Amino acid sequence: MTTIREWQVGQSLPEVTLPPVSRLDLIKYAGASGDYNPIHTIDDEAKKAGLPGIIAHGMWTMGNLAKLFTPYYEEGFVQDYFVRFQSMVFLNDVVTLKATVKEKDDKAIRFMVAAVNQHGKEVIKGEAVFSLYE
Amino acid sequence: MYQNDIGKQSAKVKNVVERGAVKKFAEAIGDLNPIYWDEETGKRSRYGRNIAPPTFPRVFDYGVIEGLKLPAKGLIHGEQRFHYKRPLFVGEELYCYAEVKDYYEKQSSMGQLGFLVIANNGEDADGNLLFTSTSTIIINEAVRKAMSV
Repeated sequence: MTTIREWQVGQSLPEVTLPPVSRLDLIKYAGASGDYNPIHTIDDEAKKAGLPGIIAHGMWTMGNLAKLFTPYYEEGFVQDYFVRFQSMVFLNDVVTLKATVKEKDDKAIRFMVAAVNQHGKEVIKGEAVFSLYE
Repeated sequence: MYQNDIGKQSAKVKNVVERGAVKKFAEAIGDLNPIYWDEETGKRSRYGRNIAPPTFPRVFDYGVIEGLKLPAKGLIHGEQRFHYKRPLFVGEELYCYAEVKDYYEKQSSMGQLGFLVIANNGEDADGNLLFTSTSTIIINEAVRKAMSV
């Protein structure tokens, strides 16, 4: 496996495309996170809130996106992680996770990160700073 | 409407980075890397133990900020930020509290929006800050009007 230090400015980590978002994915995340807001799991509640259907927790997508960095924990850790929730993720959406090196020095690598849906629309975007150990 | 709440904090609540909760959370975000749950992998790692994923602080109890009244519905999670001193270790105890960092309003195409910034902090037993998880919550005009009635 490659090390994270090898990635150069402008290069991207291998993208990950998630399976279509299922109701069970969101029920599991509700249970694991304790976020039981019903707009994420119950159709009627989502509709009452003016949504076309249930939507994924933004934090579910943000949590998924962080896994691009998980293979590199021997080299460092995610020190800063910021996202803006740009657009909603619906049931059956296919989300692709991306990270591109924006800046790097001996101490840290700054990535632009994004999750993009099947229409090419960014659902979340932001930055992650991966701090490197000596 | 929340200007007077800026600076308010909750009392610290003791939390444990619970092994089962970490595994369940890692599974829920599709990240079952053994660094999070396999004890042998944790022991062999540079941390000497298992760690938690960066968005795990979502599960902690941060206590209640006295006097801060949020609407039950209609809140939009606009932005989220995590800052870490180091990863969190499975089994460690943390002292967590919430703080109202900021509130401001902006005119937008959807009317006057309120932006409430809440920081959720976690410290070790010696009071060293280990992480801050900052949420920006957007409160739309309809919800704000309903609340001020």
